[in-house]
Amino acid sequence: MDTRVQEIVLRDSSTPAIPNLEMGGNVLVTRLDEIVNWARRNSIFPLTFGLACCAIEMMSSAASRFDLARFGMEVFRASPRQADLMIVAGRVSKKMAPVLRQIYDQMPSPKWVVSMGACASCGGIFNNYAIVQGVDQIVPVDVYVPGCPPSPDALIYALIKLQQKIRTQRLGMLLELTPRTETPALETSDGTRAIEASDASK
Amino acid sequence: MNIVRDVLKPIGKGLKITMRHFLEPKDTVSYPEQRKEQFARTRWKHVLLRYENGLERCIGCSLCAGACPVRCIYVEAADNTDTERYSPGERYAKRYEINLLRCIYCGYCQDACPTGAIVLREDYELADYTRESFIATKEMLLEPLPVRDEVAEGVK
Repeated sequence: MDTRVQEIVLRDSSTPAIPNLEMGGNVLVTRLDEIVNWARRNSIFPLTFGLACCAIEMMSSAASRFDLARFGMEVFRASPRQADLMIVAGRVSKKMAPVLRQIYDQMPSPKWVVSMGACASCGGIFNNYAIVQGVDQIVPVDVYVPGCPPSPDALIYALIKLQQKIRTQRLGMLLELTPRTETPALETSDGTRAIEASDASK
Repeated sequence: MNIVRDVLKPIGKGLKITMRHFLEPKDTVSYPEQRKEQFARTRWKHVLLRYENGLERCIGCSLCAGACPVRCIYVEAADNTDTERYSPGERYAKRYEINLLRCIYCGYCQDACPTGAIVLREDYELADYTRESFIATKEMLLEPLPVRDEVAEGVK
């Protein structure tokens, strides 16, 4: 499973590349980064991707008591072409997995994925042949939310974490559309895996 | 067509409902600044408790791991010695790990625990960026040592 995750993380076009730090540092682009990230993180359109009981909590967090509109996320889009964020709410069966991946591929970049609940994050109680043991085997996940199901405030906390992540993202890294040609060392000499190394650099 | 009867009156009627709801008290909890009061028996992140003298309640019996429906608890027990004493019993949990991502917060571990060591509290802000960060070790779960009030005890 680990190998699978690494492959996706390395080849996916929306995965930020590790920038060349000596070439970077353009003052103008840095300021532009902040404006673009401000706009992006305050107008995230989620995709309606409710698969199970977590979807009830997802709907509840969009309703008046918790009100995702306060974060600019109230517009749940039925079309992946108009969505920025996929909240995978619920268990993903093996039959659903290619559908989920296709819908993810149809979303325009930049796009983010929140894996909501125990089932979507790692299979949860369904440790069996029918359920994908973690949606990060199919798509790169930005924020994981534990809970069965997570309460709306736990989901909103995750979305705030996502906003914090978007705040730190860089423009040049997001616009990388072609797969990277150079392959980072999957296993470095000290045994740390590439996925951890790329996480640390974000 | 009567303008007043067919157009203006229905609009006024509709706007009356709008105004009534507009003036009602709002039920939105503006979450990051203001928190919803959690229910008394809310089950979220686990806490390993201590006795009042600072010894751990957990005796490493693995009953919680056995009761767990998703098998997200790992317990490795070791013997207490007179020089290194962690719990009042014979054994203590040398390693105690919970996969918070796999956990469904059902509270069966809390029910199974014979010493009341593991309880589920109301800390729900658990979301994170990597899967690795969800393995909660014993150090992360254990309640901090009770702070001794040295002034009250007269210790100088």
